[in-house]
Amino acid sequence: MKKIDLTCVVCPFGCLMQIELDDNDKIISVTGNTCKRGETYAENEITDPRRNICSTVRIEGSKVHNVVPVKTSSEIPKDKIFECMKEINKVVAKVPVKIGDVLISNVLGTKVDIVATNNVLD
Amino acid sequence: MLAIIGAGPAGLAAALEAHKEGIKDIVIFERAKEPGGILLQCIHTGFGLHYFNEEISGPEYAARFSEAIKDTDIKLICDTMVTSISKDLEIIAMNKKDGLMKFKADAIILAMGCRERPRGALNIYGTRPSGIMTAGAAQEYINIKGYMPGKKCVILGSGDIGLIMARRMTLEGAKVEAVCELLPFSGGLKRNIVQCLDDYGIPLRLSTTVVCVHGKERLEGVTIAKVDDKLQPIPDTEEYIECDTLLLSVGLIPENELSQLAGIKIDPVTKGPVVSDTRETSISGIFACGNVLQVHDLVDFVTLESQVAGKAAAEFIKNRNLKNEFAKVVPGERVRYIVPQKVSLPVTEELTFYFRVTNEFDNMIVSLSVNDKEIYSKKKRKLAPGEMENLKIKTELFENLTSDDVIEIKVKEK
Amino acid sequence: MKTDIAIIGGGVVGNMIARELSAYDVGIVVLEKNHDISMETTKANSGIVHAGYDAMPGSLKALLNVRGCALMEDVCAKLYVPYKKTGSIVIAFNEEEHEHIKALYDRGIANSVPNLEIINKARLREIEPEISPKAISALYAPDAGIVSPYELSDSAADCAANNGATYIRNFEVSSIEMKDDMFVISDGECFIEANIVINVAGTHSDDIANMVGDFSFKISPRPGEYALLDKAAGYIANTVIFTTPSKMGKGVLVAPTTHGNIIVGPSSYDADEKESYAIRKGQLPIIFEKAKESVPNLPVGQMITSFAGIRAHTEGDDFIIGSSKMNKNFINVAGIASPGLASSPAIAEYVADIVKEVYPKELRRKENYNPSIKRPIRINSMSFEEKQVAIAKNPDYARVICRCETVTEGEIKDAIHRPVGAVDIDGVKRRVRAGMGRCQGGFCGSKVMDILSEELDIPVNSVTKFGKNSKIIFERTK
Repeated sequence: MKKIDLTCVVCPFGCLMQIELDDNDKIISVTGNTCKRGETYAENEITDPRRNICSTVRIEGSKVHNVVPVKTSSEIPKDKIFECMKEINKVVAKVPVKIGDVLISNVLGTKVDIVATNNVLD
Repeated sequence: MLAIIGAGPAGLAAALEAHKEGIKDIVIFERAKEPGGILLQCIHTGFGLHYFNEEISGPEYAARFSEAIKDTDIKLICDTMVTSISKDLEIIAMNKKDGLMKFKADAIILAMGCRERPRGALNIYGTRPSGIMTAGAAQEYINIKGYMPGKKCVILGSGDIGLIMARRMTLEGAKVEAVCELLPFSGGLKRNIVQCLDDYGIPLRLSTTVVCVHGKERLEGVTIAKVDDKLQPIPDTEEYIECDTLLLSVGLIPENELSQLAGIKIDPVTKGPVVSDTRETSISGIFACGNVLQVHDLVDFVTLESQVAGKAAAEFIKNRNLKNEFAKVVPGERVRYIVPQKVSLPVTEELTFYFRVTNEFDNMIVSLSVNDKEIYSKKKRKLAPGEMENLKIKTELFENLTSDDVIEIKVKEK
Repeated sequence: MKTDIAIIGGGVVGNMIARELSAYDVGIVVLEKNHDISMETTKANSGIVHAGYDAMPGSLKALLNVRGCALMEDVCAKLYVPYKKTGSIVIAFNEEEHEHIKALYDRGIANSVPNLEIINKARLREIEPEISPKAISALYAPDAGIVSPYELSDSAADCAANNGATYIRNFEVSSIEMKDDMFVISDGECFIEANIVINVAGTHSDDIANMVGDFSFKISPRPGEYALLDKAAGYIANTVIFTTPSKMGKGVLVAPTTHGNIIVGPSSYDADEKESYAIRKGQLPIIFEKAKESVPNLPVGQMITSFAGIRAHTEGDDFIIGSSKMNKNFINVAGIASPGLASSPAIAEYVADIVKEVYPKELRRKENYNPSIKRPIRINSMSFEEKQVAIAKNPDYARVICRCETVTEGEIKDAIHRPVGAVDIDGVKRRVRAGMGRCQGGFCGSKVMDILSEELDIPVNSVTKFGKNSKIIFERTK
């Protein structure tokens, strides 16, 4: 049996959780969380850790903006973060871009999109 | 006219709330070219969890309010600087299009936000090269301008902006050598330490500060050192780190030049105006909300606070009901400050007190008393200076409160 | 390029000399090694117009300081440079120091310093309410004052350029050769030929003299740190407050600046590096401790920045001004340590007289010489009506860039388009104070960068803080 400490990153409270794992890294118990999402986070963090990432994409045709901010539409596998950044750095958007516009769909086959998080209209 | 100074999250929320309360003539003055304030450069997600029940990025959070403004007759004047306000509610502002303008307002809401503490105020010795900037300036360069401010970086200060920038710099291809924190604990949210530093293997060096900067033209490196419990550098713990950029995230200061010009009373601890529960300042008809009042960790609470101010300002314009009886609110043991600093009488609504503690504490009791008699208490598993706490107190608990009464919030051991 | 007179060094003294000589019908080239003028000793200076009681009677320092102090008000008026006759005091804490200020008084009288007096405790507290109650008496020099050193320097340069002087920046002199009685000055790439060379190279004036075989003096740079306090601390001093001097300098002073801040400093020690503008470990606490002896309630927490300056100290402790023994047409203006700034208008006159003597032809005064030049307007110091007029003429004066000092886009553009205009962020800061306030450019830095990029037509990522490799941002993220 193994015990590990995990800080939940689901919300700004950041509960410090104690996780008990068996020899096959399966969760026996989670304590220290103040809501249910903590348990889910712990489960995911042990088996398939994922993160949202935010960056910017080059934009062309705007008088004021060089870049438009973007985010992943949902979490991507943690080990794909830098690969995903490479994809984000490759793509070029053109004005107008609106919040929610998909700039890369299904990035790296993760079923996650890269979407704009600001309006750049001119 | 209701004049609102600043179209960041505070000004926008206050404007919308006052509008909802029936005020038609609202003007927001904004110095940037577009509304949104500092949220526009905070492109990370983590905003809105309390207010919208979902996590969105800074620009998205701002857009929800600035889009809502578009559907109203609220006037938004951007690229405009308010250069003075007076105690009789006169405003002088200027911009390229309209030149110099003078207004007489019926009420004013201060929503100018805060600014970062610069290096000058710190006792760092060494040279004066380029490459030393506030974390917020770096954030603007990367996220708004789209330029890298450096390639190899040390960050001083582990508040949320410092942590967020460590991750941003890393994602955009820079190497972050360390985040140094003078105190024995980080002022940032726990989850930001995990997902901004731990995820990328960036060391957090607690009780450590930058003592010297090196480099003639561009920064070439910094000397860091451990500090003792009086926060003074310990000899022989010095260590040189090569870097071309030093980001400072060493605190935020509410931006109250205008408030001081008008003669508004400032709380020496919050560095923001002293306000009542309606967020009215020491000058009748001038209200304050958001980071100009107290530095918040979460924009959601800025929104809530600004709605209180917006509603109160609307009430002030409509009814001119001048509340001038107040009960004092004072921080007790282990509490650094409380906002509001006074409660207007009689209390007619549930009140929320926001406060920060002086240090990190585990398993404590937060206690609110009136004239040393405890009327409310609440267990708290964890308390930290970096996290703003709040206490909601029901109206009936403050029945019969008089201006001689003193409300105290303290943190005590179980 | 050929010229009559080459001035090596674009600090306040070089620029004041250039201005003085630009009244005559001669070609003048000012060579400055840095990206901008006024970047060394001029920039990091206490800005004091000393009255002239420090220097030994009969010395050049005594002569030129007293004369310079007398000229300063008029020069500043002509150049629209902030100047204030605040007066200065030297405090005595005990009998021994009282004797010392009496000696200073006698020296001042010998140097012809006007209006000097020794004042008692009561009078002292009247002048300076915040002074230590331990002070027993003081030497009061009502004619001493304060000036903004870099604004004086930059305006003198603008005035000289306006009268025909040519400024070449980024020209670091690496050799001076003789060719048919002409000096050939080179930075390794370009050559300037001149009949007369005036060596005003500050801490490097010995290196420049060495290039023509003159080894008659050596500069031992003496750095000193200063702290600048917020305007909110302005109440703490009305005059320039000195403690009694030591061998190493005039002691730590506490003084107002012309912009309402408080300057505290300098520390003093000999150094081996000529350009080490670095704050040394432990020096700031020392100067604060010393300053608190004279002003106990000094609000140290109000510090907004600190910086180090370097005095071009020489062994003889006097200014070295005159033709070199190697060549009468090579004029050294060296060892201009304190009171160099105060003396600068007088040094300029003095050097012009030397030039008149050695110049092969008679120097003819230009008919159209203009000793005056307006500084860029300051919106912040205008009345409502004045602002309206200025903004009506140019709407750029209505867009505030620096919030702390209320500096507008129009003022920054003016600074860039001066005769010797700003070329980098620090240059804008020195000329119009954008970034000089309590946030020290945190907010306006990137906007100043945009304006510099636009006005100078250079990419935004090649804008620097002060030239060379002091870039602010690198390549595009995307």
